Amino acid sequence: MKPPLFDYVRAETVDEAVAARAAHEYSAVLAGGQSLLPTLNFRLARPDALIDIGRIKALQGTAIDGDEIVIRAMARQREVEYDEAIFAANPLIRETLGNVAHAVIRNRGTVVGSIAHADASAELPALLLATGGAVIARGPKGERRIEANAFFKFHMTTSLAADEIAVAVCIPRLPPGTGYAFLEFARRHGDYALAGVCALLTMGAGGRVASARLAACGIGSRAVRLVAAEAALNGQKPDAASFAAAAKAARDAVTASDDRQASIAFRKHLLEHIVGRALGMAHGRAGKPFAS
Amino acid sequence: MSRRIAPVLAERSDDPRRAINLTVNGEAVTRDVSTRLLLSDFLRHDLRLTGTHVGCEHGVCGCCTVLIDGHSARSCLTLAVQADGSAIRTIESVAADDGTLHPVQRAFKECHALQCGFCTPGFVMSIVSHFEEAGTLDLSEDGVREMLSGNLCRCTGYQNIVAAVRRAAELMGRGGKG
Repeated sequence: MKPPLFDYVRAETVDEAVAARAAHEYSAVLAGGQSLLPTLNFRLARPDALIDIGRIKALQGTAIDGDEIVIRAMARQREVEYDEAIFAANPLIRETLGNVAHAVIRNRGTVVGSIAHADASAELPALLLATGGAVIARGPKGERRIEANAFFKFHMTTSLAADEIAVAVCIPRLPPGTGYAFLEFARRHGDYALAGVCALLTMGAGGRVASARLAACGIGSRAVRLVAAEAALNGQKPDAASFAAAAKAARDAVTASDDRQASIAFRKHLLEHIVGRALGMAHGRAGKPFAS
Repeated sequence: MSRRIAPVLAERSDDPRRAINLTVNGEAVTRDVSTRLLLSDFLRHDLRLTGTHVGCEHGVCGCCTVLIDGHSARSCLTLAVQADGSAIRTIESVAADDGTLHPVQRAFKECHALQCGFCTPGFVMSIVSHFEEAGTLDLSEDGVREMLSGNLCRCTGYQNIVAAVRRAAELMGRGGKG
């Protein structure tokens, strides 16, 4: 339960970090370390080098840039959770972060780190998918923007290249009046979810759903958009019947095989249940000012 | 005859080291450490501050909780080199120099919130950080359990720890909702 040997590079600038990434065949980027350190302690990961980006000034903090919230690589989860400007721009972020591990972990863990780690059961990848966010990656050839739907490939596997660093994530501002909810079911509060869901509802003319966006975690090899459930809602009246139809449609998104925590049948049941509840919550909040 | 074939591992002939400067419980410390040394092991083995306990070593149990620059953190999920330049507080700093217990420690004693005591330093550090950080304490049943949710105790069943948090709030004149 001790980390293996590795070279340690403390980068002072993003360029230094990118150069260090290119100089090592198998490096790992150390930000808050709350996902990386357990994998090192268990020796599930044996990187040649750890590239510590914790002191890079350009990677600290957050900003709101027009219609996007920019969360830089070293912004701690707790800092983002408590940020009032971020809450006012997109309250789903705080609601989701409240379910990420425990306060003690969120004091150190970063939003970008959790997204780049891409655990299939983690909450923040689902948040990025549901909100239609993006990851900003920096590599030797410069910077590129990877949309959420192209970022998550598999459990702990993303489209980041081995010589790239995720320097920020961008999450769109929610249009005022958007209904939102995050719900998950975990055995113990703070555990990874057996199933979790982010729901966004935009109401349109005639009291019908103009747009529904749903993404789930814990149910497969990566976070996924619940496209069948979304299709079941778009253009419909937001009532018990359409929510039940959407929740039922979500069941087929479950691909996780039976494991010691839950059977596939139980996960389908859980997902259906929390999708229905999350839609009810989101609908209750739609058309109202954002408030905690 | 079956043999276990060794996996291909990165070659590391040496143990990279680095000098770190930090303050621990208000005292300046300079040490040369292995870059893979965990902060928990640095505190326990190098500084002999054995009040910080090591349970699971992967961030689940909370026994190793310390304060880094005023915020609670898992010392088993932090490298000593990451703490370079930081101010660390451990359980050894909580009671007064003359041995007078901190109100959180006194409340644990009064409410019988510990049995074997292994998890207690982690609980106390988590609670102290919550008391220091929160503007309004949520002292409802759910609020206190949320506060304690990052720490595991295998003896008490938690009831007395919840009671101790409320008692500590009383002793410190900290009201709260609930």
